[in-house]
Amino acid sequence: MDWEVVIGLEVHAQLNTATKIFCGCSTAFGAEPNSHTCPVCLAMPGALPVLNAAAVDKAIALGLAIGAQLNRKSIFARKNYFYPDLPKGYQISQYELPVVGRGQLTVQMGDGIEKVIGVTRAHLEEDAGKSLHEAFVGQSGIDLNRAGTPLLEIVSEPDMRSSAEAVAYLKKLHALVRYLEICDGNMQEGSFRCDANVSLRRPGAPFGTRAEIKNLNSFRFLEKAIEYEILRQKDILESGGSIVQETRLYDANRDETRSMRSKEEANDYRYFPDPDLLPLVLDEARIEKVRQGLPELPDAKRERFMQQYQLSAYDAGVLTAGRDLADYYEVVADGVEGKLAANWVMGDLLGALNKAGVEIQDCPVPAEKLRLLVQRIEDKTISGKIAKDIFEEIFHQGGEVDAIIDSRGLRQITDVAAIAAMVDAIIAANPQQVAGFRAGKDKLLGFFVGQVMKASQGKANPDQVNALLLERLQKAD
Amino acid sequence: MDLHHFSLRQLREGLHNKNFSARELTETLLQRIHTLNPQLNAFITVAEATALASAAEADARLAKGESGPLLGLPMAHKDIFCTADLPTTCASKMLENFVAPYSATVVERLAAAGMVMLGKLNMDEFAMGSSNETSYFGPVHNPWNVDMVPGGSSGGSAAAVAAGLVPVATGTDTGGSIRQPAALCGITGIKPTYGRVSRFGMIAFASSLDQGGPMARSAEDCALLLDAMAAHDPRDSTSHPAAASDFLRGLDRPLQGLRVGVPEEFFGEGLDPEVAAAVQAGIDQLAKLGASVQSIRLPNNPHAVSTYYVLAPAEASSNLSRFDGVRYTHRSHAVENLDDLYRKSRYEGFGAEVRRRILVGAYVLSAGYYDAYYLKAQQVRSLIREDFRRAFAEVDVIVGPTTPGPAFGLGAKNADPVSMYLADIYTIAVNLAGIPALSMPCGFTRSGLPIGMQLMGDYFADDLLLNVAHRYQQETDWHLARPNLQTGEA
Repeated sequence: MDWEVVIGLEVHAQLNTATKIFCGCSTAFGAEPNSHTCPVCLAMPGALPVLNAAAVDKAIALGLAIGAQLNRKSIFARKNYFYPDLPKGYQISQYELPVVGRGQLTVQMGDGIEKVIGVTRAHLEEDAGKSLHEAFVGQSGIDLNRAGTPLLEIVSEPDMRSSAEAVAYLKKLHALVRYLEICDGNMQEGSFRCDANVSLRRPGAPFGTRAEIKNLNSFRFLEKAIEYEILRQKDILESGGSIVQETRLYDANRDETRSMRSKEEANDYRYFPDPDLLPLVLDEARIEKVRQGLPELPDAKRERFMQQYQLSAYDAGVLTAGRDLADYYEVVADGVEGKLAANWVMGDLLGALNKAGVEIQDCPVPAEKLRLLVQRIEDKTISGKIAKDIFEEIFHQGGEVDAIIDSRGLRQITDVAAIAAMVDAIIAANPQQVAGFRAGKDKLLGFFVGQVMKASQGKANPDQVNALLLERLQKAD
Repeated sequence: MDLHHFSLRQLREGLHNKNFSARELTETLLQRIHTLNPQLNAFITVAEATALASAAEADARLAKGESGPLLGLPMAHKDIFCTADLPTTCASKMLENFVAPYSATVVERLAAAGMVMLGKLNMDEFAMGSSNETSYFGPVHNPWNVDMVPGGSSGGSAAAVAAGLVPVATGTDTGGSIRQPAALCGITGIKPTYGRVSRFGMIAFASSLDQGGPMARSAEDCALLLDAMAAHDPRDSTSHPAAASDFLRGLDRPLQGLRVGVPEEFFGEGLDPEVAAAVQAGIDQLAKLGASVQSIRLPNNPHAVSTYYVLAPAEASSNLSRFDGVRYTHRSHAVENLDDLYRKSRYEGFGAEVRRRILVGAYVLSAGYYDAYYLKAQQVRSLIREDFRRAFAEVDVIVGPTTPGPAFGLGAKNADPVSMYLADIYTIAVNLAGIPALSMPCGFTRSGLPIGMQLMGDYFADDLLLNVAHRYQQETDWHLARPNLQTGEA
């Protein structure tokens, strides 16, 4: 009998406000330890939190983008526990009444299948600082620069049924926060982190006991951790055991999950409303103002790309998966044929970026330059093959499209007489192959094309070469 | 010239008429503090050097013709207000060596007004107590009888003002901590409407109840100080946008037509007969001044103490978590691991009463008990608020005793925390509702201890309370009585 996996995700998106959520300190990453602190985020006696309005607006933006209910009144609560990187001894979070209520996200699985994943809630909270263990012998260092950085915790329903769906959901959410410009999405620096709740059940049965897996800071780790967890739980269940509700840590080096703490060891956080902060009240005007400022969202952009650039659903999906790539594509496609632009961006460009391990926002070839290159194919200045060589060169060494074409004499040969001369020379030099072709070996055409292109150093216009070859070869002497 | 008995107005006149300089005034009071503080223990820190420097600055500003209402006038802060460059201990071993890198908004405002701060005043540890006996720095003695407690938690403030060490002081009031010691030391103190006075830099006990306020020898001096203290503060989210007001303008308004309500619940069992008689005489005096007096009910008042002792410890247990031994607090030596560091630092750093309240607070918030205690207490709190709302539809001011009895002996109630908690039986409901209330002297016991009368008003009726108290003090002289203290002077 089969097992059905049930997955829910909790995502912490660090909101990219200039200052922290309850004080005026900078949120910039990588500063000297404890240099971005003040009495409030150091939890000095008598210091009080004041809510950062920009963080609230970013939460509203997410709520609107996932069609969520926005709670007109939400409450900040204290989550009490002791840890050295939690200076107040409590984290300010939202508990019973979050700012963003029920919403949903539609993910595109393969073969045009769409799946709707419910979002239970999203709430505002502050991040903790960092404990530094490496640099000190027998001691721990505390860096409170991150303490008080605004987070939006986005909690999904247990609606995902495979690691692929979980990854699709996380990617979609990642793209969304980047579209909305509310989070930089940097998973390595921890600005976008994910915990996964995983359980197994027999199809149709009630939910099984879940394990919560922490520390999933890449899409790949999410996939691998879930796959590992499915096998682990399956083994236990099939050998007659039962799953313990616990928090597990994913160890990427060993590709396994390990128990951190069980439910029994879990803290009693003694949540209660924070008396230092008034309830957060949203009025219609504020929500409307955020709505006016929303950018075009991924689903709408995908639809538009299909219409405007005549792209397939797949191509449009790939190109709109990230806002930076979509923006890049639109610059390239501005003035050239949409499908040709898509082929270049999805093929050569993404291939080169992938190989070099570079993100689109750091792409060494500006979109305008790639557009010019594609235009030079369209206006027949160069062949597609030459264009690929030029692209490689520009990607790795830089340079200008037209300058490279001119200085290397890469301009395509379209002069009929010149091409005819080369064609005639090749035919004259290969009588055996000519005879073969005329005896019905059609495939030999490729040989002749190759020879002519070689003779022209790739510059002869391939369409013309083809046409002339056919004309000459089919003509009986 | 008994400068130490002068009101703020008299001191200001003296400065402007050049009868004395701010420096001379400061030196005089510092001398008196040196003489009397050993008997009273009202000060934790005497800030001689900074006081003399501020006095010199005030004299320079006076010489230039500046005339702020508080310029050059001396005061002292309860040691719960953070002061940059001076220790702020909250009367706890936990903060024995703590110097804040910033000043509380209240401290900044009074310094900007040109007041000369003479030091930091003793109090119950973290403002938890009603007798000033929980202070790590030892109890404060009541100037009217040094074997008696001054009340708490602002006991140092009350004793210092009553003894003439300073004309005015700041206090804080979470369940009666301004009004109860004011009553027991025979001075006037007002707990303003919640949100009037910024809590920024005021070390939190129970955030939804804490409110700073002035303590002085008259309602007029309270009004003068509150004028400078009350203001909207963007650094405190619970500060009210309309916090600032002119508390002096209406002081002299006649009381004709004032509707006074006397709650039956404040005159029941447990009230000392001498206190009852003095407060009744005070109410009669208000009637003579034109007020109409009627009996009212505050039916949920009997639940106030138990409600308070759920909610205040709950908030305190969380507020005091930051004192963890990691950063600026007391840290235990010889700890084995992190849990040990927390446990020992906090056990050593906090006194017994603070530990008790942290435990109670953690308990009422814990899973399985939250609904029965914390949530239930919040519901009762709403009922208490509703009591006052109904009452203030009928009357303008509610009047009753501040405390069930006069000052009690040092050590008398230490063995029984609940009997100590009942010292605040009349003051606590006010904090739960967030309304303003004032205590002023209205008589003495046969044994010579002061008795306080409490005035309660609707939200933002602080000015009305000061007005009623001022008119009362125009007609009576209880507030002018001074304790006899051995100064060793001829």
